[in-house]
Amino acid sequence: MRGGDAAWVRYLLITIALGFLGVMLVAPLAAVFIEAFAKGAGAYWRNVTDPATLSALRLTLTAAAIAAPLNAVFGLAAAWAATRFDFKGRSLLITLIDLPFAVSPVIAGLIYVALLGSRTPLGGWLGGMGIEVIFATPGIVLATLFVTFPFVARELIPLMQEQGSDDEQAAVVLGADGWQTFRLVTLPRIRLALVYGLILANARAIGEFGAVSVVSGHIRGLTNTLPLHVEILYNEYNSVGAFAVASLLALFALATIGAKNALEWRLRRAREGGNGQ
Amino acid sequence: MADTRRDNLATLIACGVALCLGGCGGKPVRTLRNVSYDPTREFYQEVNEVFASEWKAKTGEKIEIEQSHGGSGKQARSVMDGMQADVVSLALEFDIDAIARRGGLIAADWRGRLPEGSAPYTSTIVFMVRPGNPKGMRDWADLVRPGIEVVTPNPKTSGGARWNYLAAWGQALRRAGGDEAAARDYLAKLYGSVPVLDSGARAATTTFVQRGIGDVLLTWENEARMALGHFGPQMCEIVTPKESILAEPPVAVVDAVVDKRGTRALAEAYLKFLYTEKGQRLAAKHHFRPRSGEALTGPGVRFPALDLFTVEEAAGGWQRAHEAHFADGALFDRIYQPGGGTN
Repeated sequence: MRGGDAAWVRYLLITIALGFLGVMLVAPLAAVFIEAFAKGAGAYWRNVTDPATLSALRLTLTAAAIAAPLNAVFGLAAAWAATRFDFKGRSLLITLIDLPFAVSPVIAGLIYVALLGSRTPLGGWLGGMGIEVIFATPGIVLATLFVTFPFVARELIPLMQEQGSDDEQAAVVLGADGWQTFRLVTLPRIRLALVYGLILANARAIGEFGAVSVVSGHIRGLTNTLPLHVEILYNEYNSVGAFAVASLLALFALATIGAKNALEWRLRRAREGGNGQ
Repeated sequence: MADTRRDNLATLIACGVALCLGGCGGKPVRTLRNVSYDPTREFYQEVNEVFASEWKAKTGEKIEIEQSHGGSGKQARSVMDGMQADVVSLALEFDIDAIARRGGLIAADWRGRLPEGSAPYTSTIVFMVRPGNPKGMRDWADLVRPGIEVVTPNPKTSGGARWNYLAAWGQALRRAGGDEAAARDYLAKLYGSVPVLDSGARAATTTFVQRGIGDVLLTWENEARMALGHFGPQMCEIVTPKESILAEPPVAVVDAVVDKRGTRALAEAYLKFLYTEKGQRLAAKHHFRPRSGEALTGPGVRFPALDLFTVEEAAGGWQRAHEAHFADGALFDRIYQPGGGTN
């Protein structure tokens, strides 16, 4: 089998893979930056520092910053429940966690409008107390939470399943209380997977378009996130602005990949170190 | 090592929280929210600046005006679902009527509360063609010549597209002396030659100008003139037909919202501003046809004369137009087959 690989097969496959990457990924990414700088660095900077862009950036980061810790808590709780306890509905829980992956983001937005819009009982009650959810920041945070919540749980469940609960049981036998067990035994072993899940959730939170679009209301300078702002600028025939803002998103994506690689490298090193001990 | 990393994380979270608080806090400036449709962005941006400075000069109060844009029907729906709009400025009466009917957000007599049926500016539907008008598009009859592709958005989703549709219907009816069968035939031919049915007016413009699809684009006069200004005469050209529809995009105060927020006086002043000399000139500058004669003939303002008919004349008003043409199973559904079935 190994001897059968002719040199041309190898080169052909490498060419196809690299060619595909170039056409599908590198060229479009380069195009974003070329378009963004089409009218020079000055125009780029003006668009990036425009108040509406900055407000979109702030809202995007706010939504991601709220969604991330909540995801960590929920993901931990769900993974813990799914791998440490045996209860009725356990497999239902694991299935439901995947729901946001299966549902179209537009539906994710619409369900919150259907649940919390002013014509619904819950939405009407909140509105009566002067609390705006849909078409305001809370709605955007909710939609972001919905589309990102599987990430952490999905990273943790297989890992915790594989690790089993022997170490925790040992800790309990040795007299540790629940919190000590969690902090000193469980958490160190899942820390990297947790951060990995958070990085993925964060990338999705920053890039989410569909669900957020439905609940945003598109109020300039108030409820536009970065991806929504890109669309608006494009529709205003401001292509330099649209691509300048898109380049911010591209930079976030590159940073995500960088963080992910660094983490994978550490994971591998940690595992090798663990084997050596 | 691990500790510094944890510190970094803590700093990051603290920054995030500070950023959020910085954004959420701030002094209470009174705001006014105008929920509008797509092609009015640039117009209201300028109106808001001028009105805010006038209001400051008159009352000493600093205000902020927020604007939201999208397809007219979608915007109406958002307001019904609870978007806090002090005023709405939409593409057609039907959408404001829908808000008025559902939930009592706007009083049913809204149209009579401002001059000119609450439509401070008007527009019409014109043709946009390739430079030099190579296919010789002059009037409505040319649109249904064999081999001509017409780009127009979907009247099910786009307000502008409904004006396009009713303009085509109204003139066909006039030419045929009121013969509905002939008008239906015209529309069937017209929509049979539509290569792409975009969801909104702006998307249709992009399809025509930037993607180069079709021979002629049906669109708002204000949208066409703005696109011409943006892309230049080497990309497109406007043809004004001999007759077309008088498009009257209306505005209204959202009673339930202004009463709750205490912004009624401000909202009413804002809409009345649109009827002033200054407001009318701004409308003209952004290619909407002003109502007042003075602004119509101001320097640099030139709108070609054409024979205009109203929705009332073309289809007996919006409610009847909706039932006869746009509702599920109505005329549009019967004449349009996705994918250009009549090719």
